[in-house]
Amino acid sequence: MVAVTPETGPDAALGTDGTDGTGMTADLGAQLAAAFDAAVAADERVEPRDWMPEQYRASLVRQMAQHAHSEIIGMQPEANWITRAPSLRRKAILMAKVQDEAGHGLYLYSAAETLGTSRDELLDKLHSGKQKYSSIFNYPTLTWADVGAIGWLVDGAAITNQVPICRCSYGPYARAMVRICKEESFHQRQGFELLMALSQGTEEQHAMAQDAVNRWWWPSLMMFGPPDDESAHSAQSMAWRIKRHSNDELRQRFVDIAVPQAESLGLTLPDPDLKWNEERGHHDFGAIDWAEFWDVLKGNGPCNEQRIGQRRRAHEEGAWVRDAAAAYAQKQAAQQQTAKSAGQNEEARV
Amino acid sequence: MTGTDTTTATAAAALALGDDALILSHRLGEWAGHAPVLEEEVALANIALDLLGQARILLSMVGDEDELAFLREERSFRNLQLVEQPNGDFAHTIARQLYFSVHQHELYAELARGDGPFAPLAAKAVKETAYHRDHAEQWTLRLGDGTEESRARMQAALTALWKFTGELFQPVEGLDGVDRAALEERWLAALTDVVERAGLTLPDGPRTGAWAAGAGRQGLHTESFGRMLAEMQHLHRSHPGASW
Repeated sequence: MVAVTPETGPDAALGTDGTDGTGMTADLGAQLAAAFDAAVAADERVEPRDWMPEQYRASLVRQMAQHAHSEIIGMQPEANWITRAPSLRRKAILMAKVQDEAGHGLYLYSAAETLGTSRDELLDKLHSGKQKYSSIFNYPTLTWADVGAIGWLVDGAAITNQVPICRCSYGPYARAMVRICKEESFHQRQGFELLMALSQGTEEQHAMAQDAVNRWWWPSLMMFGPPDDESAHSAQSMAWRIKRHSNDELRQRFVDIAVPQAESLGLTLPDPDLKWNEERGHHDFGAIDWAEFWDVLKGNGPCNEQRIGQRRRAHEEGAWVRDAAAAYAQKQAAQQQTAKSAGQNEEARV
Repeated sequence: MTGTDTTTATAAAALALGDDALILSHRLGEWAGHAPVLEEEVALANIALDLLGQARILLSMVGDEDELAFLREERSFRNLQLVEQPNGDFAHTIARQLYFSVHQHELYAELARGDGPFAPLAAKAVKETAYHRDHAEQWTLRLGDGTEESRARMQAALTALWKFTGELFQPVEGLDGVDRAALEERWLAALTDVVERAGLTLPDGPRTGAWAAGAGRQGLHTESFGRMLAEMQHLHRSHPGASW
């Protein structure tokens, strides 16, 4: 995006006189905002050094942090099955998938750092409950089939949500999402394939798959967030092109994709109202239990405390390791500095 | 067990090396979601995946990989006792990695130079284990020369696992061409170097005790191993004959 950078913008142009609290005149602020809005409307990318409204920055940090937190909390329900995976092939696939999620967390925390917010700061907010992660991970993985249901439905819903973010107005986020979406689509295929093996397996395996789909279907629909008329951040995010489709649009898209996939899996979806609506060209589906959604969001889901507890514990128990790495790095830097000064003294004498 | 050939020496060696990789991979997999820093979630999983890949190739030289992993009893596993030891704190995991990966790297480097049945696998594994070794050495330096606490923990871990290292150099059926004494010499030299650079002390306790040395290779394991297998095998065993 071609926009006013801080160097050419208010900081360089203005002294202390005649500035408002942010160090810029009202006029210049309005010009910058107008240039920003025009660039975003023209689908240009915003880059880290470009001027951006504080609320845009805050909104992105909030969304990217929540996304990063979801990746690392999302490792837990699946890691729950690594040690019990029923074949070595499945074990390798699951381990690689959980590893990918850690990698996604890394990309996203790094992308958030381009907005001036450190990973430590964001992790503190996750651990203290000031920032959220996707509520879906507050549900338990009770059987092996849950690993498949998460891949097929949860990753499927995530992809539906995330593919449009590859065109998000903020460059580093959009670029991170391109890579993440490629890996997520692989995850979804493995979930589908895992469920297919179960569905076509023994009677017990088929029942295990159906039970998992029954439990994960509704929470997956809730992943798109509250209905459009109740979504707190949607309108502004759409205007800023952080978000490109409404929650309800994406939810409908997901349902329309999932229904034929369930059929080919030989599994049913737990919604008696689910049926094709010729007139709309979409599937109608039953009412979502939003009371449950808000309740889980508030902290009353089956695993909220367990998930955040494990995250905090891993962080606290790992503090001495991070401290050691930091202390070692400092010692190394100090030694290099000493060696460098000694070298300079040597040169000076010569 | 059908289709399993443990009669030849090559199969015996494949089983020993395969079990080492399988069991250590499992232990490292237990770290998922518990690592001290995100980069280590990625690194430990990476090492676990490399080892699991090695295990699958080696076990497939013996028989059906899943039958071997999920349907053998504790006494039939041929892995070193070192690799089955619980993760403990991060220092224990690193000490276990250091002892094992230096040994594995030296062993595979030697096997890769030969033209025996393990040469093709070793050619690939030597690159993987070079990374595992570097990872363990880099952390040994950081923990040893980090803070007082990390130094104490790393020293305690090296000492606690020392008694399991004698078994690394016991003869393995099917690997008769490997000069164990020379392997031990290279291992000891590498360990001495990294431990000294880290400001730590190489433990000097016994490592050839009657129980520990060579026991794992004969199917004698430590108590925690049975529980580990119970967890690893329960789902597979609960559905006899099922495909996954």
